[in-house]
Amino acid sequence: MSSALLVEQLLNGLQLGVMLYLMAAGLTLIFGVMGLINLAHGSLYMVGAFACAAVAAWTGSFFLALIGALIAAAAAGALMEILVIRRLYGRDHLDQVLATFALILVFSEATRWLFGPFPLYLDIPAILQGTVPLPGGSRYQIYRLAIIGVGIAVAIGLYLLISRTRLGMRIRAGESDREMIAALGVDIRTLYTVVFALGAGLAGLAGAMIGPLQSVQVGMGEPVLILAFVVIVIGGIGSNRGALIGAILVGVVDTMGRALLPGVLSGLLGPSAAATTGSSLASMLIYLVMVVILVFRPRGLFPAGS
Amino acid sequence: MITRERLVEITLVLLLAAVPIAAQLLNEPFYLTLATRVAILGLAAVGLNIALGLGGLVSFGHAAFFGVGGYVAGVLAIHAFNGTPMLLGLPGTKLMPFIWIVAILVSGLVALGIGALTLRTSGVYFIMITLAFAQMIYYFAISWPAYGGEDGLSFYVRNGFPGVDTLKPLPFLLICYALLALGLILFQVLRKSRFGAALQGARQNEVRVAATGISPYRIRLVAFVIWAMITGVAGALYADLNRFVSPAMLSWHMSGELIVLIVLGGVGRRFGPVVGAGLYVLLEYWLGGITERWQLFLGLMLLGVVLFARGGLIGLLAGKPRHG
Amino acid sequence: MGKILAALAFALSAGVAGQALAEPIKIGMITTLSGGGAGLGIDVRDAFQLALKQAGNAEIELVVEDDAQKPELAVQIADKMIQSDKVDLLTGIIWSNLAMAVVPSVTAQEIIYLSPNAGPSPLAGAACNANYFNVAYQNDNFHEAAGEYANIDYSNTFIMAPNYPAGQDALTGFKRYYKGTLAGEVYTQVGQTDYAAEIAQIRASGADSVFIFLPGGMGIAFTKQYAQSDVGIPLLGPGFSFSQDVLGAIGDAAVGVKNSASWSPDLDNPANAAFVEAFQAEYGRLPSVYAAQSFDTANLILSAAAKASVTDKDAFRAALKEADFASVRGKFSFNTNQHPIQDLYMREVVKEGDVITNKIIATVFTDHGDAYAKDCSL
Repeated sequence: MSSALLVEQLLNGLQLGVMLYLMAAGLTLIFGVMGLINLAHGSLYMVGAFACAAVAAWTGSFFLALIGALIAAAAAGALMEILVIRRLYGRDHLDQVLATFALILVFSEATRWLFGPFPLYLDIPAILQGTVPLPGGSRYQIYRLAIIGVGIAVAIGLYLLISRTRLGMRIRAGESDREMIAALGVDIRTLYTVVFALGAGLAGLAGAMIGPLQSVQVGMGEPVLILAFVVIVIGGIGSNRGALIGAILVGVVDTMGRALLPGVLSGLLGPSAAATTGSSLASMLIYLVMVVILVFRPRGLFPAGS
Repeated sequence: MITRERLVEITLVLLLAAVPIAAQLLNEPFYLTLATRVAILGLAAVGLNIALGLGGLVSFGHAAFFGVGGYVAGVLAIHAFNGTPMLLGLPGTKLMPFIWIVAILVSGLVALGIGALTLRTSGVYFIMITLAFAQMIYYFAISWPAYGGEDGLSFYVRNGFPGVDTLKPLPFLLICYALLALGLILFQVLRKSRFGAALQGARQNEVRVAATGISPYRIRLVAFVIWAMITGVAGALYADLNRFVSPAMLSWHMSGELIVLIVLGGVGRRFGPVVGAGLYVLLEYWLGGITERWQLFLGLMLLGVVLFARGGLIGLLAGKPRHG
Repeated sequence: MGKILAALAFALSAGVAGQALAEPIKIGMITTLSGGGAGLGIDVRDAFQLALKQAGNAEIELVVEDDAQKPELAVQIADKMIQSDKVDLLTGIIWSNLAMAVVPSVTAQEIIYLSPNAGPSPLAGAACNANYFNVAYQNDNFHEAAGEYANIDYSNTFIMAPNYPAGQDALTGFKRYYKGTLAGEVYTQVGQTDYAAEIAQIRASGADSVFIFLPGGMGIAFTKQYAQSDVGIPLLGPGFSFSQDVLGAIGDAAVGVKNSASWSPDLDNPANAAFVEAFQAEYGRLPSVYAAQSFDTANLILSAAAKASVTDKDAFRAALKEADFASVRGKFSFNTNQHPIQDLYMREVVKEGDVITNKIIATVFTDHGDAYAKDCSL
C-alpha cells in the first residue's frame, strides 16, 4: 500500500472515529450522570437524520436543516426523558435495557409511519461538495474533512462546558454524588432533562451530518449504536476523554482492518479466499480489540472517577 | 396453604395442557406450533433466569448460546442428511437426544471460554463484553460460507426421537414440554441447593461470600455455564421447530427478545420465563395478524409493563415473591 | 387466558377473511412491511393487489403478513398460513435468506410457492422442486448480464459485494461472462454504511470500471459517497441498487449509472405501458422492478386459475408452467427448473424533469436461462 493511500485511510478512520465520538459522548454523559444505559440512543441519531432530510427538502438549506435536526433530536430526547426515562433512574440495568429496547421499536415504526417506507434524499450542501488534493496525489472529500472539524470542535466545546461552566459544575457534581447536589438546592429533575437533551442533540447532529453520506432510512441507528457502546466501554464509561480516544481507536482499527487484512492474507490464501476471510476477520476485529482491552483493564482505558 | 403464586403456576400448567386439546377441538393445528414456541423460548429464558434471576448476571450475549445450540442441530442434521463426515471424520446425526448432548457440550465449552474472560468484569462492562463476544460469533456465522452464511442452513426434515414421530406437531410439542419441565425442576433444585444459596449470596454481598471461603468468580462461572447449556438445548429445539437455523438466532435482537421474555414474566420467579414467553408469543401472533405496525404496539406494551407492572406479570398476579 | 386470547385471535382472523366463496383460491403473502427493507415489500404487496383489483376476481383472497426481514418469523408465518389460514399458494418473500428458510419446508408440504423476488442458486439447481416457481430471476442473472455488457467497453474491472452468499453469488455471476482482468475483488461487511476505505482502494487500483452489488441502504450509501469522491471511473451494477425504490434517495448521484435488469419502466410493450400507468394512478409513484415481478406473479396465478382448479395440484402446476399471461417483461417462459427464460437489458439512470428513472440502452441477453438448470432433476 502506498503512503498516499495510507494517509487517506487514516483520515477515513479519523472521520469514522469522530462520528462515533458524537454518539458516544452523549451515551457516556448520560451514563455518567444518571447511571442509565440508553439503547434508544441510535433512534435519536435516526431522528436527527430524518429531521435534517425533511427540513432540507422543505427549505432547501442544509445549514437550516442541521439546526432543525439538532432541535428535533434534543426535543425528542427531552420528551423521552420526561415521559419514560425519568422513571428508570432508580431501577436496575435490566429494566433500563428492556424499556429502551421497547423505545427502539416505537421510534422505528413511528418514523416509518410519519415518513413512509422509502429512504429519504439528503445531499451535501453545494459549498462543501468536491475534493481537495492530498500529498501523494490522492484526493479527499471536503465534506469528510468538515465532519472531522465539527467533531473536534464539539469535543473541545464539551470539555469547556463540563470544566468551565455552571452547568458543567453541576454535571460533575451529579457524576460524583447525586444526593449532594440535591442538598445544594440544584433542581435535579431539570438538570437530568437538560443532560439527556444535550446527549440526544449530539446524537441528532451525528445523524444529520452522516445523512448526506449514507441512506436516511429506518433502522440506520442500530449499527452505529453497537459501535458507540464498544467505544464507551473501551474508553471507560462516563469519561469524555475516554469516549474521544476510544472512538478514534475504533474508527482507525476498523478502517485499517478492512483496508489491510485482505491484502495481508492474499499471500497465504490467494486473492478470492483472502477477500472473504479478510472481510470476516475485519468485521470481528474491533470486538476482538475490545475483549483484549477489557481482559487487561476491566473498567476501560480511562475509568471514570479515578 | 396455597399461595397466590402457586395458584398462578397451577393455572398456567393447566392452560399449557389445554392447548393441544383446544387445537384438536377447534381444528387449529397452528396452536400447537405456538405452544411449542412458548415452551422453547420459555426453556431458554429458564436458563437466563438462573444466571440473571439468581446470580444477578445481566448480559447481552445469550443469543450466542442459543445460536450455537441451533447450529449444532443444523450442522449435525445436514451432515447426516448428506452422509458426509464432519470435522475429524465424525458422522452427523438426526437423533435428538444425541444432538442435545452435543449442544450441551459445545455451548458449555463456549460459555466456559467466554465466562472465564468476561466474569472478571461486572455491571455495564459485563453486559457489553458479552455483547462483543456474541457479535463476533454472529459475524463469523454470516461470513463463513460452509454452512450457508447469512442464508442460514435449511435441513428440510425435523430430527427424530426414538419411538416418537417428531414430524407431527403434537409429539414434538410434548418433547418440548418435557424438556421445559426438566428445566424448571433443575431451576428449583438449584435455587434450594447450597450452590444456589451461594450464588444468590454472591449477588447480594460478594465480600461476605468470599469470606466464607467460596470464590464468587467460580460460582458465577458455573452458573454461566449451566445457563449456556440450557440455552443451547433450547436453541437446538428452536432449530428443529423451524427446520432451519441462521445467524439471526445469534443477533443482538435475539438477546433483547430473551431479556424481554424474562422481564415480562417476572425476574427470578420460577414460572416467570414461561409466562413471559407465553405473553410474548401471543402478542406477536395477535398483533401481527391485526396490523403491519405491530412492532409499534408491541413496543408500547413492553414499555407499559416495565414502567407500571414491576415484577412482571407474575408480580402483578401474585404479589411480591415469598421466601422459602 | 392464553386460550381466550387465542380464541379471540381466531375470531379476528376469521372476521378479516370475510365470507368464503365456492372453491376460492387463498393466497398467503409473506413479505417485509416493517424495518429498513419495507419499501421493497410494500411495492410487492401493492402491485399484487393492483393485479387482483384489475382482474376483479372475487374468488381470489389474499392474506398478507409482515416478516420484519427475520427468517425465523417468516417460517412461523408460513406455518400459520398453512395450518391456520389453510392457504393454497404462498408468495411474497423478498430476501434470499428468508426464501431459503421458508421454501424447502413449504414445498415439502405440497404447497405451491411462487417467488416474486429472490432466486438462490440451490433452489434453481439440486434442490429444485415441482412446487417452486420463480417468477423473478435466478440470483446470478442480473450480474451475468452486467458481466457480459462490461466486455464491450471495459477490460479491467474492480468488483465488490457484501460478504454473504448472495454477494458471493453476484461476483461469481459477473465473472461467469466477464472476460477482462479484475483490478480488485473486495467483500464488504453486511449492513456496512461507510465505504470511504473501499473507495480509496478503487481510486488507487487503476480500474477502468467498477461493478458493485450492494442492495438496499448499502447501495444508496455507496453510490452517494462514490459520486461525492470524484473518482470518475464508470459504475456498473445490477438493477437492485438502482431500482425505482432507491433512486429518489440517491438523487443525482445515480444519474449515468448503468445497471442490468429484466424489466424497465420504459420497456416497450402494451402490458407494461398499461401497468406503469395504472400503478402510478393508483399509488402516485413509479413502480420498481420488484413491483413488476410481483404484478407478473399475480397475473400468472390468475392465468392458471382460469384453466385449472387449485385443488387439482397437478393440473394447476401444469397451468402455471405454461406461463400463459401477458407479462410486463414482454416475453416470459419457464425453464425446466421452473425459473424464468427471459431477456435481460442494460439500463441507464436518467433524469426526466424532476423524476429520476431508468431507460433501456441495450439488450444483453435474449431468452436467457440460468447456469443451475442442468443440476435440476425436474
